[in-house]
Amino acid sequence: MKPNPSPPRWLDKLLNWLVAPHLREEVLGDIHERYTLRMQRLGERRARQTYWREVLAYVRPRFIRRKPNQYPNPSHTDMLRNYLKIAWRNLTKNKAFSTINIGGLAVGMAVAMLIGLWIHDELSFNNYHQNYGRIAQVRERGIREDGRRYSNTSLPYPLATELKTSYQRFFKHILIANDPEEHILTADQTKLTETGRFIEAGAPEMLTLTMLKGTWAGLQDPHSILLSASTAQALFGNADPMGKHVKINTDMDARVTGVYEDFPHNTEFNGIKFLAPFVLWTSVNPWVKEQQWNNWFLSVYVQLQPGIDFDQVSALIKDIELNKIRNLEGAQKQVASQPQIALLPMSRWHLYGNYYEDDKGPVQMVWLIGLIGAFVLLLACINFMNLSTARSMKRAKEVGIRKAVGSLRGQLVGQFFSESFLVVGLAFVASVLLIHFSLPWFNDIAAKQLTFRWTNLYFWLAGLGFILLTGFVAGSYPAFYLSSFQPVKVLKGTLNSGRLVATPRKLLIVLQFTVSVTLITGTLIVYRQIQHAKNRPIGYDKAGLLLVKQKTADFKGKHELLRSELKNTGVVFDMAESRSSTTGITMWNGGFSRRGTGITCPNGCGTLPVSTEYGQTVGWQFVAGRDFNRAYSSDSAGFIINESFAKLLSLNNRTRTGKETAASLVGETVTWSPGSREARTYTILGVVNDMVALSPYESAIPTVFFLEDNYNWINIKLNPQVSAAEALPKIEAVFKRLIPTVPFDYKFADQEYGAKFAAEERIGKLASVFAFLAILISCLGLFGLASFMAEQRTKEIGIRKVLGASVLNLWGLLSKDFVVLVLIAFLLATPLAYYAMSDWLQKYEYRTELSWWIFAASGAGALLITLLTVSFQSIRAALMNPVKSLRTE
Amino acid sequence: MRRSDLGEFEEVVLLAVAVLSPKAYSVVIAEELERETGQTVSTGAVHAALQRLEQKGYLRSELGEATPERGGRRKRLFTVTALGGRVLNDVRSVRNRLWERIVPQTILKWS
Repeated sequence: MKPNPSPPRWLDKLLNWLVAPHLREEVLGDIHERYTLRMQRLGERRARQTYWREVLAYVRPRFIRRKPNQYPNPSHTDMLRNYLKIAWRNLTKNKAFSTINIGGLAVGMAVAMLIGLWIHDELSFNNYHQNYGRIAQVRERGIREDGRRYSNTSLPYPLATELKTSYQRFFKHILIANDPEEHILTADQTKLTETGRFIEAGAPEMLTLTMLKGTWAGLQDPHSILLSASTAQALFGNADPMGKHVKINTDMDARVTGVYEDFPHNTEFNGIKFLAPFVLWTSVNPWVKEQQWNNWFLSVYVQLQPGIDFDQVSALIKDIELNKIRNLEGAQKQVASQPQIALLPMSRWHLYGNYYEDDKGPVQMVWLIGLIGAFVLLLACINFMNLSTARSMKRAKEVGIRKAVGSLRGQLVGQFFSESFLVVGLAFVASVLLIHFSLPWFNDIAAKQLTFRWTNLYFWLAGLGFILLTGFVAGSYPAFYLSSFQPVKVLKGTLNSGRLVATPRKLLIVLQFTVSVTLITGTLIVYRQIQHAKNRPIGYDKAGLLLVKQKTADFKGKHELLRSELKNTGVVFDMAESRSSTTGITMWNGGFSRRGTGITCPNGCGTLPVSTEYGQTVGWQFVAGRDFNRAYSSDSAGFIINESFAKLLSLNNRTRTGKETAASLVGETVTWSPGSREARTYTILGVVNDMVALSPYESAIPTVFFLEDNYNWINIKLNPQVSAAEALPKIEAVFKRLIPTVPFDYKFADQEYGAKFAAEERIGKLASVFAFLAILISCLGLFGLASFMAEQRTKEIGIRKVLGASVLNLWGLLSKDFVVLVLIAFLLATPLAYYAMSDWLQKYEYRTELSWWIFAASGAGALLITLLTVSFQSIRAALMNPVKSLRTE
Repeated sequence: MRRSDLGEFEEVVLLAVAVLSPKAYSVVIAEELERETGQTVSTGAVHAALQRLEQKGYLRSELGEATPERGGRRKRLFTVTALGGRVLNDVRSVRNRLWERIVPQTILKWS
């Protein structure tokens, strides 16, 4: 018999791979034996032919399925699962601890994430525009008379034309625009008052408007208008607005050539409800093009050509203005301010667009809030670390046994990290829920429209990073500390963790309370400052004072008629017209002199035309002299000055006749010759208290009032006996009858005045929320620690009680430690808060004092809260029956 | 007894194991069945049936000696367990009873 030729190799290999290892031997043996038998009987060829069928018969799950290993191969996930199980058991065993831990961390994370969203919103301001990186606003930088550096967005008309004629090659667009202003839009019967801008035709393309109807070329027709979607809806309802006629104010006609998506909340152009061609505006305001270098009233936006950067162009256009005005007659003052033209890139508009260049308020605010967010998160992490280490004694035995059984240190580190990741993961879920529910409320306080980015991949990545970071930071201390125990010592019970653990724990508490006390003090001071400014005498009576802006020329010449009709309704006490509203100064001048000596207004003086009854209407408080009176025609050459102006006069005069009182100024004459009008001499009729017209935090502006028919506002004082709800319809009816072309829009002076506090009140609210959260988190931690301490000293307390200690004694014993820590924190926080807050107050001219009692109050408050928190635990421990506590083992 | 427990092929294989005992393993069983039925029977099918029977407890197995034609691999030898013997007896008696009750003239004629 010749040696056995073996069956096809590759089929064997296939079987070897296919069949489960424990069956390989018998299966392969079987088919080889069968092959040999077949070959002997039928010959090699037939044997080979049938062989593959034999092989196929083994291709069934029964032979392929591997036998489960008798000794399972432990993988990483098994151990991790065990870690998580142990972690979960530990969590559920100490429910109070776990709630404090997870709750505190969740609050901390929620705050940090909210702040993250807020900062993202602040930093992504204007991102909506696709040419974001290439757009800039042209600004004039210079130095004011008082030495402060300014950066102005209002520019003179010749500057814009100069840029266009000589520097066009650098720019893709140079767009002139007027300031955003309210205008009346009329379509058929619908009248709306909307804020809009007149801007040159390239605007839609430069700003990459999202056009819902029409195209970017929409502004090229001089009689066109682009409406925002909301305005189009308000004007035309669901009808197609394209091609419809819209009247702007009473003198401009336009056709709708497009509808754009409303500018989102975090853009500079938010609130601009329509755009119309600049040429349409100049066609009815021909004076615009006649203005010279001494009238600043336009905005200029540019988009750079590709490949050119902002600094390059800024350097080239720097001296345009200076070169033009250097030799101009009467422009010495302007030259002295060293005006320089510069580009401010769009990315810096929001945070660096201040008028005062050195005022870093907005950026500081972003960093400050960011810092607070980081601190609140840090507090929460500290809690976690504190509670974990405090419980280390309980876990020490576990660690000892694990080590004795063969755990490596690395595995224990892994265990504690997985525990902290579990807790942080749970806290993250909780914090996401918290954010979801608190976002509308936060938006309300912060005046933002933040949205939670559920679908944003980056958000979840950031969230994951957040979990890892927090888990690592919060878990590192317990992980590395607990795993370093020596099993022998632990199991023998000689591990003395007293001092060693307590010191860092104490440090952490001190740090926590330092932050909390600083925040409390800061909040108190912000509120004090707001209250201080609110209590400032404002110099007029804002209650029941109605302000109506004269938006069109239709109001002209109707003063007497309007006044008598309004008074006839019986609901109006009086009515007067004025150039500015009571909450603003819109006419600034200088050029005053008295007996030949010039009077310098440091930053310009307010010069406000008013009508005769203005004083009665707004409730002027006279220091000396009298109000305007219709009986004296000579009053048209009279001034009523405010106290600040009176001070200015006497200041300038001190060298000559000594100090002057307000009363002695009445009857004096002042010559006023601003460049733009004829010089005239005015008699001072009266001196009134300063009116707070601009910021309530700054000193009052020296102002003169005089009679001149040059008004923009109507002031209406309601009859105090009549409610506003009753009066308004009657007043509206009068306006509707006399000035039918203009919708009746009014403002309440007290609301307008209140708006001046909005920014500070927002800071105050935010600060108080954060301070509250910080103290809450700190107290949670303290509560946990105190309860742990009480538990640990159960035996000691029992023995002390047996030996005769009173409840008061024990309470003092248990609370003392914490009180000392909070006192140390207070000592650290006071200088910190003092430094930070006095710096903050520096930016307000009218500011509150940092009195000692604010610091004392916040310290006492923190102490009280600490005592309350700790006492709950310490009194409970002190009241415990010593029989019970000594029996526990 | 539960007849569904034992398929037809399984029954034949079980019988073959009883016949070839104590030297019954899949190759000789397959060969035997081929010879008896005239059909091709693969060792894979027999092996699968043997495993099923062993799971049900009708067979017991152990590893036997190796031979050169098997490439030095050992074979798995099967023997019928007491339970297997009882099942076979049960099946047989059912069949016998049925056969005995067939009236002689109605016996089906074939061939």
